[in-house]
Amino acid sequence: MLQFVNTLLTGLGQGAVYAAFALALVLIWRATRVVNFAQGAMAAFTTYLALLVVESTGSWWVGLLTALAAGLVLGAGVERVVVRRVGPHNELGAVIVTLGLFVALQALAAILFGAQFRSFPAPAGLEGFALGSVTIALTPSMLITVGAVAVVLLGLVALFRFTDVGLRMRASAFDGEVARLLGVPVGRMLTLGWALAALVGSLAGVLIAGGSLVWPAYMDTVIVNGFVAAVLGGLDSPGGAVVGGLAMGVILALVTGYVGSDLVPLAALAVLVAVLLVRPQGLFARTAARRV
Amino acid sequence: MAAPVRPTEQAGTASRSGREPGRWSGLAARLRPRATFARHAALALLALVVVVLVLELTGPFRNSQFATMSYYAVAAAGLTVLTGLNGQISLGHGALMAVGAYTTGLLLPADVPLLLVLVIAAGVTALVGVLVGAAAARLKGPYLAGATLAFAVALPGLAIHFDEALGGEQGLPVPSPRPPDWFADAVYFLSANETSSAKYLAYVGWLVAIVAFLLLANLTASRIGRIWKAVRDDEVAAELAGVRLSRVRVLAFAVSAACAGLAGGVLGVVVRLAAPTGFTIVLSISLLTAVVVGGLGSLLGAVLGSALLVFLPPAVTDLGASAGLTDVQAAQLAPFVYGAVLILVILLAPGGVVGTVRARWHARTTAPAGAPEERTGRS
Amino acid sequence: MSPPATTAALRVTGLTAGYGPVTALDGVDVTAGPGRITAVLGANGAGKTTLLRTVSGLVPARSGSVHAGDVDLTGAAPERIARAGIAHVPEGRGVVTELTVEENLRLGALLGKARGRTDTAIDDVYAMFPPLAERRRRDAHTLSGGERQMLVIGRALACGPDVLLLDEPSLGLAPRVVSQIFELLRERVEGSRLAVLLVEQNARSALSVADLGVVLNLGRVVASAPAAELAADDALRHAYLGF
Ligand SMILES: Nc1ncnc2c1ncn2[C@@H]1O[C@H](COP(=O)(O)OP(=O)(O)O)[C@@H](O)[C@H]1O
Ligand SMILES: [Mg+2]
Repeated sequence: MLQFVNTLLTGLGQGAVYAAFALALVLIWRATRVVNFAQGAMAAFTTYLALLVVESTGSWWVGLLTALAAGLVLGAGVERVVVRRVGPHNELGAVIVTLGLFVALQALAAILFGAQFRSFPAPAGLEGFALGSVTIALTPSMLITVGAVAVVLLGLVALFRFTDVGLRMRASAFDGEVARLLGVPVGRMLTLGWALAALVGSLAGVLIAGGSLVWPAYMDTVIVNGFVAAVLGGLDSPGGAVVGGLAMGVILALVTGYVGSDLVPLAALAVLVAVLLVRPQGLFARTAARRV
Repeated sequence: MAAPVRPTEQAGTASRSGREPGRWSGLAARLRPRATFARHAALALLALVVVVLVLELTGPFRNSQFATMSYYAVAAAGLTVLTGLNGQISLGHGALMAVGAYTTGLLLPADVPLLLVLVIAAGVTALVGVLVGAAAARLKGPYLAGATLAFAVALPGLAIHFDEALGGEQGLPVPSPRPPDWFADAVYFLSANETSSAKYLAYVGWLVAIVAFLLLANLTASRIGRIWKAVRDDEVAAELAGVRLSRVRVLAFAVSAACAGLAGGVLGVVVRLAAPTGFTIVLSISLLTAVVVGGLGSLLGAVLGSALLVFLPPAVTDLGASAGLTDVQAAQLAPFVYGAVLILVILLAPGGVVGTVRARWHARTTAPAGAPEERTGRS
Repeated sequence: MSPPATTAALRVTGLTAGYGPVTALDGVDVTAGPGRITAVLGANGAGKTTLLRTVSGLVPARSGSVHAGDVDLTGAAPERIARAGIAHVPEGRGVVTELTVEENLRLGALLGKARGRTDTAIDDVYAMFPPLAERRRRDAHTLSGGERQMLVIGRALACGPDVLLLDEPSLGLAPRVVSQIFELLRERVEGSRLAVLLVEQNARSALSVADLGVVLNLGRVVASAPAAELAADDALRHAYLGF
């Protein structure tokens, strides 16, 4: 019983990070109809920057802020310099370009920061809290992880719900032409969307890294799990991405705990195939019509 | 606005018939298939001559590079058929190569003849391809890319999980087949050269490649190839015309996977190892780079692209080393360049080498038909 | 074919545009005056939509010019043209269905002159189209066709434009709903500075609400006259207007 509860707790902690990552994918998908396969490599890159800062300042939080700021800049730059030039109605081209970014950034990270494993400090303790005589798998670090994701989520909700710029971003993502006819500078909104998404992705990168090891490809499985989470939630739905992320965290924790960690990616694949075959519009999508 | 990725046409089909004078077009249409196959056979013979010349005129180091190029070419050819002709993208071809390589690693020690092993490797991988293709038949674009990415990331886990049979992280050693005596005699007879293992493997690789290319060229010029292109260009129209989309897609995936499995088998004997680290996602993306740079949909492009995969890394690694990078850093320059090239080609020359050259050629040989204007489509 | 007496809010001169080899607009002159509704009529494919899309910068003009008052807007980007006071309700309506009714209206009111007084601008829309007020918190995808048309017209008017371009507002709506919307439009235009360019295939209803009419055929203006004159010209009606 305790093991099961602990597995669930670990899963939810991981799931929060997948949720953030899936949310980053969903933000970009909604804005530009591109699945950003470079999201993981971008996050790995900004996490390395954070690591440099953490090592020189000794502050995890300054490192996190660095990663977030770097994510904003990187996301905006990628949209402006690369994605925008692919042009509309070129699905295959967009996929290929983000894959190109993926390998190029990953290799660049190895060149600049080294290819070896490096440990990334945890934001806080990694010891589970004690409840009477038992120690549960809920750690201070995990609380910070979940808290950070929650803060960012609420920030995004507030942005999109209550601000003019959020309204303009939603309109641009929904129908760029209509938005332009209403005087919205759609190009700038899309850049902003990519920047925000990369910020959220960077957050996920730092949170995954905390208390563990980083190497240039450490985000590879996170891309897959985040993508599956996003599809699970219906790629168009930010709320779905969050629920999908938490679900993936729990499912994969159960597989790790009861089957074996080598098969976690296989489980992710199985979930993806099951969703796509049974309910391709995702579990939470409102619009049934979606091109798959 | 960059033009959308338009896979280059296979030579000899649409681009030709457009210029045939009306009277002759009926006759040409009747003659073309057989003429096409004869042309393919002639090209295969020519390729064989080129292979013999190149392998006999170069040393063991180059020979082994050409052996490597042979399996990249086959895998890239499989991918270009899938992506360029059928419009499906796959990030799973690296993993499919792993299936071929592991099959080879399991069968060769059991004294199964090499050629049979390679055929079985292709067959087993084709079966896996049918499974992947069936799961992916309804998927397009980013969904398909994501699903095959998940496949590529998941598959190595199997090798690690079943480490008793598959060697775990260390991988499965693949015995290197010895050149048969008649082969050494034949080479000596041809060029008075001694046979090296590298040379033997290069010959095996290129013979496999030539056969695979011949089959693919004929397949794409056949009715099946035309159906693939029809599905790629307008699947709704194809479906209305009675094409069963999912069957067509699964077949394309199976053919493409068979190529990847064949390539993986050759890789196994050339590298002498099938290990999870050899089939990372970077391998899949490298193959994608090869076909995009060569020109999506073009078999010739696949060969050009595979040359890039073989000859570019040493070049940029040397460049990096002389610029003061460490070995580890210099080794990462190749994937960096792949990624950068992939982006640049899509943005600047989406037809790849073959498509761009062909477009230039057409622009020069046909009268300019009015400057094309930017279309403002409605979404 | 006398030009309108008042100064034009929108003046289109010699406008030519197209798609690739297709020339969809060929030297079109159209003006829209303040306080007037100018109907643009013509068969399917005559170039009506292209005219509006070229005016608002979605389709590049090959030659000719577009002026709003004294401002030359030829070749400007759509968002700039919108900010210059030309509101365009596209064919097929362009409701942002995942926003609420009120959010759609706020989006319109954010633009240009209404900035800083979005609430009053939105209240004006509710006053003009009461059904929208009842549904202000609903997601726009729950609206009926007529309500959607009210929403997009209201959204376009919320920014207080000088020119309103309407592309086939009657499409797919019941005749009763069409005449209701046209009446509300008429009331809004009467005595105001607003100039409306109303594109319609449904010539009969359009001429009943418009002051002036312009008939397009194959991208050219074939007639331009007061609406009543056009409606009375049997030959023209049979040839181009289909009633
Ligand atoms: N996006 C487009 N691409 C190519 N041709 C178009 C496009 N839109 C319209 N056309 C052509 O331009 C002409 C005018 O079309 P349009 O302006 O839509 O006419 P209307 O709105 O009067 O029905 C037609 O011949 C139509 O086929
Ligand atoms: Mg129209």
